[in-house]
Amino acid sequence: MRKYSAFAIAREALRSHKGWEKQWDSPEPRAAYDVVIVGAGGHGLATAYYLAKEHGVTNIAVLDKGWLGGGNTGRNTTIIRSNYLYDESAALYDHAVKLWDGLSQDLNYNVMYSARGVMMLAHNVHDEQVFKRHIHANRLNGVDNEWLSPAEAKAYCPPLNIASSARYPVVGAALQRRGGTARHDAVAWGYARAAAARGVHIIQNCAVTGIRRSADGAVEGVETTRGFIGAKKVGVVAAGNTTPIMEMAGLRMPLESFPLQALVSEPVKPVFPCVVMSNTVHAYISQSDKGELVIGAGTDQYTSYSQTGGLHILSHTLEAICEMFPIFSRMKMMRSWGGIVDVTPDRSPILAKTPVRGLYVNCGWGTGGFKATPGSGHVFAHTIARDEPHKINAAYTLERFRTGRLIDEAAAAAVAH
Amino acid sequence: MSQSFRIPGKGRLSPSRGLRFFFDGKAFDALEGDTVASALLANGVHLAGRSYKYHRPRGILTAGSEEPNALIGVSNTAATHVPNVRATVQEVHDGLVTRSQNRWPSLAFDLGAVNSLGAPFFSAGFYYKTFMWPKAAWKALYEPVIRQAAGLGVSPKEPDPDHYASRYEHCDVLVVGGGAVGLAAALAAANAGASVILCDEQAQCGGAMRHESGARISGRSGWDWAQDAVAQLKAMDNVRVLTRTTAFGYHTQNFVALAERVTDHLADGKDLPRERLWQVRAKRVILATGAIERQLVFGGNDLPGVMFANAARTYLNHYGVAAGRKVAVFTACDSAYGAAFDLARAGSAVAVIVDWRHDVPEDLSRQAQELGIKILAGHRVVQAKGRLRIASISVAHRDGGQERSFPVDSLIISGGWTPSVHLYSQSRGKVAWDADTQRFLPGDPVQDCVTVGACDGTDDLARGVAQGIEAGKAAATAAGHAGGDQPDVAVEACESYAGGLAGDAGQIKGKAFVDYQNDVTAKDIRQAVREGMHSIEHVKRFTTNGMASDQGKLSNMHGLAIAADSLGWPIPDVGLTTFRQPYTPVTFGTIVNHGRGDLFDVTRRTTIDGWAQDNGAVFEDVGNWKRARFFPQGGEDMHAAVNRECRTVREAAGLFDASTLGKIEVVGPDAGAFMDLMYTNPMSKLGVGKLRYGIMCREDGFVYDDGVVGRVAEDRFHVTTTTGGAPRVLHHMEDYLQTEFPHLKVWLTSVTEQWAVVAVQGPKAREIVAPFVSGVDLSTEAFPHMSMAECEVCGVPARLFRVSFTGETGFEINVPAAYGRSVWEILQARGAEFGACTYGTETMHVLRAEKGYIIVGQDTDGTVTPFDAGYGWAVAKKKKDFVGIRGLKRPDLVADGRKQLVGLTTSDPAMVLEEGAQIVADPNQPVPMTMIGHVTSSYWSENCGRSIALALVAGGRDRMGQTLHVPMPDRTIAVTVTEPVFFDPKGERLHG
Repeated sequence: MRKYSAFAIAREALRSHKGWEKQWDSPEPRAAYDVVIVGAGGHGLATAYYLAKEHGVTNIAVLDKGWLGGGNTGRNTTIIRSNYLYDESAALYDHAVKLWDGLSQDLNYNVMYSARGVMMLAHNVHDEQVFKRHIHANRLNGVDNEWLSPAEAKAYCPPLNIASSARYPVVGAALQRRGGTARHDAVAWGYARAAAARGVHIIQNCAVTGIRRSADGAVEGVETTRGFIGAKKVGVVAAGNTTPIMEMAGLRMPLESFPLQALVSEPVKPVFPCVVMSNTVHAYISQSDKGELVIGAGTDQYTSYSQTGGLHILSHTLEAICEMFPIFSRMKMMRSWGGIVDVTPDRSPILAKTPVRGLYVNCGWGTGGFKATPGSGHVFAHTIARDEPHKINAAYTLERFRTGRLIDEAAAAAVAH
Repeated sequence: MSQSFRIPGKGRLSPSRGLRFFFDGKAFDALEGDTVASALLANGVHLAGRSYKYHRPRGILTAGSEEPNALIGVSNTAATHVPNVRATVQEVHDGLVTRSQNRWPSLAFDLGAVNSLGAPFFSAGFYYKTFMWPKAAWKALYEPVIRQAAGLGVSPKEPDPDHYASRYEHCDVLVVGGGAVGLAAALAAANAGASVILCDEQAQCGGAMRHESGARISGRSGWDWAQDAVAQLKAMDNVRVLTRTTAFGYHTQNFVALAERVTDHLADGKDLPRERLWQVRAKRVILATGAIERQLVFGGNDLPGVMFANAARTYLNHYGVAAGRKVAVFTACDSAYGAAFDLARAGSAVAVIVDWRHDVPEDLSRQAQELGIKILAGHRVVQAKGRLRIASISVAHRDGGQERSFPVDSLIISGGWTPSVHLYSQSRGKVAWDADTQRFLPGDPVQDCVTVGACDGTDDLARGVAQGIEAGKAAATAAGHAGGDQPDVAVEACESYAGGLAGDAGQIKGKAFVDYQNDVTAKDIRQAVREGMHSIEHVKRFTTNGMASDQGKLSNMHGLAIAADSLGWPIPDVGLTTFRQPYTPVTFGTIVNHGRGDLFDVTRRTTIDGWAQDNGAVFEDVGNWKRARFFPQGGEDMHAAVNRECRTVREAAGLFDASTLGKIEVVGPDAGAFMDLMYTNPMSKLGVGKLRYGIMCREDGFVYDDGVVGRVAEDRFHVTTTTGGAPRVLHHMEDYLQTEFPHLKVWLTSVTEQWAVVAVQGPKAREIVAPFVSGVDLSTEAFPHMSMAECEVCGVPARLFRVSFTGETGFEINVPAAYGRSVWEILQARGAEFGACTYGTETMHVLRAEKGYIIVGQDTDGTVTPFDAGYGWAVAKKKKDFVGIRGLKRPDLVADGRKQLVGLTTSDPAMVLEEGAQIVADPNQPVPMTMIGHVTSSYWSENCGRSIALALVAGGRDRMGQTLHVPMPDRTIAVTVTEPVFFDPKGERLHG
């Protein structure tokens, strides 16, 4: 892999950029690999990268039914934060935040991690109680999170309406300064390029149609639209499509898939300096480096595998945006889209071994998977390579839904996630 | 400024109707009906904006909503500013103020243009490859600079003073697109008697008839026929014609969203809404959305003065404006010839028609010859040159050779037409590649919709109109309307739209733009492919091709063709990006329409609320209710008011408006069995006339809600829920009733707002209430704690509960909501005689905490079982089933060490803990600390004379008397674990 740098750009500028090498190849699949990852999204590619980098496993294929980074990695609103309540969540997401900080340098790919701060708005006494509980727990877990008064919140985010006449006035906010955003496509591409450089095969447009198991039940490989591909270990990282994939191995997953929508405005000059989330009025907003306001909505109420959704969901979201930021009422929606999110009963992910030998699963990230990408890939690689979880993902088992040892962040917030 | 490019006798605007508007501070004359673009062109102004990345001067390319270049800011006041308005869409009104964007200090002299010097470095995706060293510089330097450079216009800075409207509409037939084909379809459907909505994004219907001069329909020009057709449609009761209305989203079940621009073209919109959202459900949708002309890709194709052929003709034939005095044409398509001919006839010199194609149709070359226009077939424009405006073009044979230069002030271009399949694609229909004409066309419809005319690939007007008529009649017939007159549409002459070129026009000199607005060049696309971006989605995202505010209307086909060419693949193998809504950008305010301010969310107030407002209550939001939090007297702060209220309730009595509590009437022969399943308690065993505190769990065994349940009759329960939980509890019950227990004969009705509830609590409660209650002996013996009766209170029918959330003798009087305030006022006056107060939610919280009563959602959080909360007694031991019974048996839910509800006291009684504070056993451990619980409720208790707190603590019940620690940022507070009941631990006052 030839290194990217300002010098490299200057070199290429002199020859009309004809010397750039491919960021990743499109190889023919081998007959068999040590590890096959199903799903070339951010989490799957990161898993492959860390398997290669930290565990010396390079005979890996990452398969995708479409193009890499084309699922939720390329559709989310790119919010990064780690101010979660429970120890297990704080550890996992903060592990990710630590990796985000330095990821561009590690991958030699500018993923534009921008620690501009994530501010979560409190609109009532209950919100305040919940956020302060988070802030206390975060402090004792070594995770930054601070309480802001409405005036402090407005100083941090000038477009915010803190008038007491608002339907749900802002009574304060929790701010994580290390939170922020990153460029989603660059994350997928950066991991793909760095993994490919370590010998990982990325095989796009190759849908998995079956999981083959030996007589003793262990995984032998996957049937695909490009033929059978042998594998000693298979890691499924298929987000919204995890349920049908795992059914191929006879496993019924505790997952439901919902459409989740987002939209962007036309680009404008910098006007919105941070990320603001409000669970109470259901809206998430930031401004991309390109100048678009990036706005996330809540999930549809009903399960579906359709990457689209109803106008009423967008209406509700924009109502909330215009309520909190009345200056944006004349801005225009430029593009909206949908993704499919896979949700577990406790809305926390599953990052674990499965009852099938050689089969591992990383799923259930719901609406919040992007922020965890580096951490998730890192500990999942560990889990596959060592056949045992990293201590950070030890709690994220499938069994917890049977034992009841849940990690229910949404319940802790006592509102929709 | 004079309108020196306005051609006398040309166009359809009235010269007597002059207007004046402003662009970059300078006044310009215009005519009524002008767009900003046509008015600028009339004044000889082509330079309208600067590009995104290189700040290249940009002109007016199009005459429609696909315009990528001429984006302006429109703002008569700071609050009504709108960025990124297409000058080709914004109509001029008197006094309109517009500004160019993304330039400093001026449009003609823009320092940002130095970026062009760095262009060799700013190749596709260059920012992914640099700005990484030193690490800290990303946040401090690179990102702020990039951000400042990006974005086009500026956001409004003040709240929007306008309002927006919304309409829902049903129709038999929705016709999208008011060109000749759409009009024919609408006429055919309407004549048959179908209800029809016809929408068009332009100010007037007519579509391509706006620019075409060659079409004749039924003895008139195409345009005149179109206006007659519109008049005919408007005169019909079963037709609604919506102009300035864009169909922007095609959803499931033929639901189409339209955005109507109501006042942006008016100097004084009076009190009309600025825009209106139409949410239309149509039996059938006819898409007559036409086609969009695209550019040719050659060096300098973005210079001001370069203009699409249809646009040049629209400006001439509709607005009476010549694009230039000395023009050339570069085309790969028949339709551009008309532009040359029309301009020549209007007096512009046409230097040359450069046709990419080797063969020019004979009638076109004959007409050119008649007008003395030279055609260079099989040639191409190698490069357009000029600074702020095109000055010349160099032309060469397609296969190379000598370049010839032509001085021009305008270049008319056409790369052919891209069918506008956006809405069809949004309807989930799949497009198919038509190899013959090199374009994507609609395939089979997925919803009840039909595509006609140019969007369906029908270039011939006569055939398109026939399609439209057929589609209109079929849609009417399908909706049950047969017959009617055949509309009078005889197409006697039309123009050819044959030809077209996707991809770059030969070896490129200079910058050849594929996506104008995002400054994406053909070279960028090829580079992306070299770097391994082989899916069109990768190409799009890596280069940002098609991601600007025109969403690829011009650039998608070229991007695709160039990528395919680079890969050596057929175009369809590279794929097609998904068409997303909206078709053109839609104002947030339009989508929000009425849902703002007070209507953002319903504000629920009880019927007693007016009294609380009159008496100085301070309110809080709980769910969408406003609840009185406390009633300050004589300048009291919350602390003082709550202390007084708390004391008064326990010494005398207090009145509390409990009307917001959720109330569900559960009725039916199986009501008891159903209640047994929904609650952990044995509710079927509850006697008629009795109350029981109930706990509801989710399937997982965790507490979901709680409330007091009364049995009104054998088959009738009066269920109360938490205030915030009422909707979800009803939903939860309905969900189980309909999916898990459909065999039960039970009906659920929300009666929250049917009852007003006055709670009277305290030692004097009985004396206060008794005189007003008819027919019930209120003595403790006859009507003990947890009794209920249907009776009359203050002469109105009531459900009287003997119940308490304070630990005092208490009554909750349910009366029909309309009587709430009068009953309240009677009891309030009576209470005053006994020294009673009114109290709010804050006092309610303190009083219940003194008794250790939980608030679901505060002392529980969805991870707490009834046993954890100390309410194991509420879980029936003998029931075989209830929601949560299996969950509660899971190993972790019965394990030792679960967090349990306990009380906490601080050694300093004045110290009030912070709610949410965490609890540790060892305060001296390093971070990350092992946290064993948290403070759920914490108050100053005036009645206890000290602070009190409730907490969830791991193994809490076994820690009674232990000292634990609450680490705060500035200190650590030692606490003692206690029972969670701080006042009247034996509960004697309840039964007083």
